[in-house]
Amino acid sequence: MDIDKRQFLKILGISSALWVGSRFAGGISSLFGIGDKFDTKALADAGFEISKTLPDPKALTAKQWAIAIDIRQFKTADDYKKCIMVCDKIHNIPDISTKQDIKWIWEEPYNAAFPEQHNNYMGGQLKDKPVILMCNQCEFPPCVRVCPTGATFKRQDGIVMMDYHRCIGCRYCMAGCPYGSRSFNFQDPRPFLKKIDPEYPTRTKGVVEKCDFCAERLDKGLMPACVEASNGAMVFGDLRDPGSDIRKILSSNFSIRRKPELGTQPNVFYLI
Amino acid sequence: MIEKAFNGSKKYWIWLIFLAALLGFCFHFYLIQLNEGLKITGMSRNVSWGLYIAQFTYLVGVAASAVMLVIPYYLHHYKAFSRMMILGEFMAIAAVTMCMLFIFVDLGQPMRVMNVILYPQLHSVMFWDMTVLSGYLVLNLLIGWTTLEAERKDVAPPSWVKPLIYLSVVWAISIHTVTAFLYAGLPGRPYWLSAIMAARFLAGAFCSGPAILLLLVFLVQKFVKYRVGEESIQALSKIVAYAMSANVFFLLLEIFTAFYSHIPDDTDVFRYLFVGLDGNTSLVPAMWVSAGLAIVSLAILIPPQLRNNKKLLTVALIALVVSTWIDKGFSLIAAGFVPNPFGRVTTYLPTFPEIMIVLGVYTIGLLILTILWKVAVSVKEKTAA
Repeated sequence: MDIDKRQFLKILGISSALWVGSRFAGGISSLFGIGDKFDTKALADAGFEISKTLPDPKALTAKQWAIAIDIRQFKTADDYKKCIMVCDKIHNIPDISTKQDIKWIWEEPYNAAFPEQHNNYMGGQLKDKPVILMCNQCEFPPCVRVCPTGATFKRQDGIVMMDYHRCIGCRYCMAGCPYGSRSFNFQDPRPFLKKIDPEYPTRTKGVVEKCDFCAERLDKGLMPACVEASNGAMVFGDLRDPGSDIRKILSSNFSIRRKPELGTQPNVFYLI
Repeated sequence: MIEKAFNGSKKYWIWLIFLAALLGFCFHFYLIQLNEGLKITGMSRNVSWGLYIAQFTYLVGVAASAVMLVIPYYLHHYKAFSRMMILGEFMAIAAVTMCMLFIFVDLGQPMRVMNVILYPQLHSVMFWDMTVLSGYLVLNLLIGWTTLEAERKDVAPPSWVKPLIYLSVVWAISIHTVTAFLYAGLPGRPYWLSAIMAARFLAGAFCSGPAILLLLVFLVQKFVKYRVGEESIQALSKIVAYAMSANVFFLLLEIFTAFYSHIPDDTDVFRYLFVGLDGNTSLVPAMWVSAGLAIVSLAILIPPQLRNNKKLLTVALIALVVSTWIDKGFSLIAAGFVPNPFGRVTTYLPTFPEIMIVLGVYTIGLLILTILWKVAVSVKEKTAA
C-alpha cells in the first residue's frame, strides 16, 4: 500500500490522539478514584491465564489498616530502639548521618511530634518524652494527591505505597507531606548498608521512600515488624472492623493523632 | 528566517562561543550530579527543594510577563509596543525553556521524566503545570515566529494567529497561577498555604519580567542600531511601577494576616526571614537587602520625573530584579520548608556545583535568547530600512 506524506501524517496524528485519549481517560477515572482495578476474574473468564503469584492465603487483609501506639508502654531507650532497629534492618534503610538521611520510623520528643499541643507548664516527663513516628498512612494522603506519576498510591487496604521504579524523584510528595515522613535518596544508599537483607529491595539514588506498614510482611501473614517488636505497645488492625483489637483499644483509651486539623485522617494513633 | 542567526558580527560570534564554552564548563557539574545524585546540592531531608525549583518559579513569572506587552498591543491597539512585542515573546520562549530545564535538573531520576506523560495524574498540579508550560512554549513559538515572518514579507499575519494571541493572554496568566497552585495547595507548609499566592506571583512576575526585558533591551541597544522607542520604554516602566506596588502590597497583606492573628504557624516564617528563628539568621541579611532594594526601586519608579530619567530607571530596574529575585528566586522556596513539621529550622545554602548547574541553565536561556533576538532584530532592521 502506498501512502503519501499527508496520509502518513494523518495516521500518525489519529493514532497518537487515540493513545493520548486513552491515557487521559485512565487519568480521569483515577481522578475520581474509579477504574484501573485489576479484575482477575473477568480476565480468567475471558480465557486468559492468570498469573501464578496469587495472594498468599495467609495474607492479612483489611479495609483500612491502622496502628495505635501506646506511648505509656515505652519506658526504656531499648523499647524504642528495638522497634526502630528491626525496621531499619529488614528494609535495608541506610545509616546516613548527614542532613540527607533516610528515616522510616524514628523518635521525636512529644513536643516536636505534637507542636500544637505544647504548653509551657507541662510536666517534663511527657514534654520531652520520645514518641515513635512513622508514615501516618493518611486516608486522604497529600503525597498521593501531588505525585505526578502515580509512583506513590493508596492500596485498597489503605496503605500508601511507593513504586521505586516509577518515581522520578521530583520530591513533590516531600513538600506535600505535612508529617516529614518521606525521605529522598540523595545518593546511592547501598554503600551505607552494613548488611543487605535480600528479602526486601534496596533502593537506587534519586527516588523517595517511606514506611509502608510492612506491606510485604502483611502479604505473608505477618504483623508489621515494629508492632511485633513492641511487645504489645503497638496494636495493629483494621479500623473498619468494629471487633478488631485496635478498635477496642481506641474506644477504651484517650488517643490523639498528629495534625488532625489538616484533614488527612492519619491512621497512626497515639495513646498518651 | 533562521539564516539570520548564522549571519552576525564578530562580537555576536564571540558572545555565542563564550556562552557555549561556559555551558560546557557548567555541564560538567551536571554530569557529576547525574553520577552522584542530588547529594552534591545543599538540599536536605527537611529542605527538599532549593535553588533549582526557585529559579523555575521565578522564570515562570518572567515567561508570563510577556502578556504585559500583549494586552496593551493586541487588546488595546497600543502601537508603541510594536517594536518591543517580538522581543518579549522571544524572551518568554527562552524563559519557559529554562523553566523546563530547571525542573529537569531537579529530578532524582531524570531518565524517567516521560513517566509524567506515560502515567498522567490529573490530580497532580505538576501534571497541569507541565501541560500549561509546554502549551505556552508552543503558543509563543507559533505566534512570535509567524508574526515576525509576516513582517519580513511585509504582509499581514495570517488570520489564525489572532485567536492564538487571545488564547496566549489567558494562557500566560494560567502558567503562573498553576505554578502558584503547586505550592498554595499543600496542607503542611504555612508560608505557601495562602490564597494570595497566585496573585502575588503574578504581581511579582509583571514587574520583574518587564524589568528584565527593559534591562536586556538597554544592553542590546548598545550593540545594534535597532531602537524600541522611548514611548514604549516609558509605558513599560509605568507598568513595572504599578506591578511592583501591587507585589509589595500583597506581601504586606501576608505580614498583616500573620502578625495580627498572631498564629505561630504563620508568623514563624516571617520571623525566620526578617529577624531569625531559634538563633538561625542565615536568610536575614538577604531579606533586608531585598526589602531595601524594593523601597529604592519604588522610590524611583513611582515619581514620573525620576522614572523617565534613563540612568535612574536602570538603577531602579536592577534594584527591582535583585529584590524580587531574593524574594521569589530564593527565599520563597527555602523558607517554605521552615520551620519543618517538628518546629525546627534547617538551613539551606546552595553548593558550588548546584550554583554552576543553575548558571548552566541560565546560559542555555541566554543562548536561545541571543539567537532569537538576533533573528528578530535582523528582520526588524531590514524591514525598517
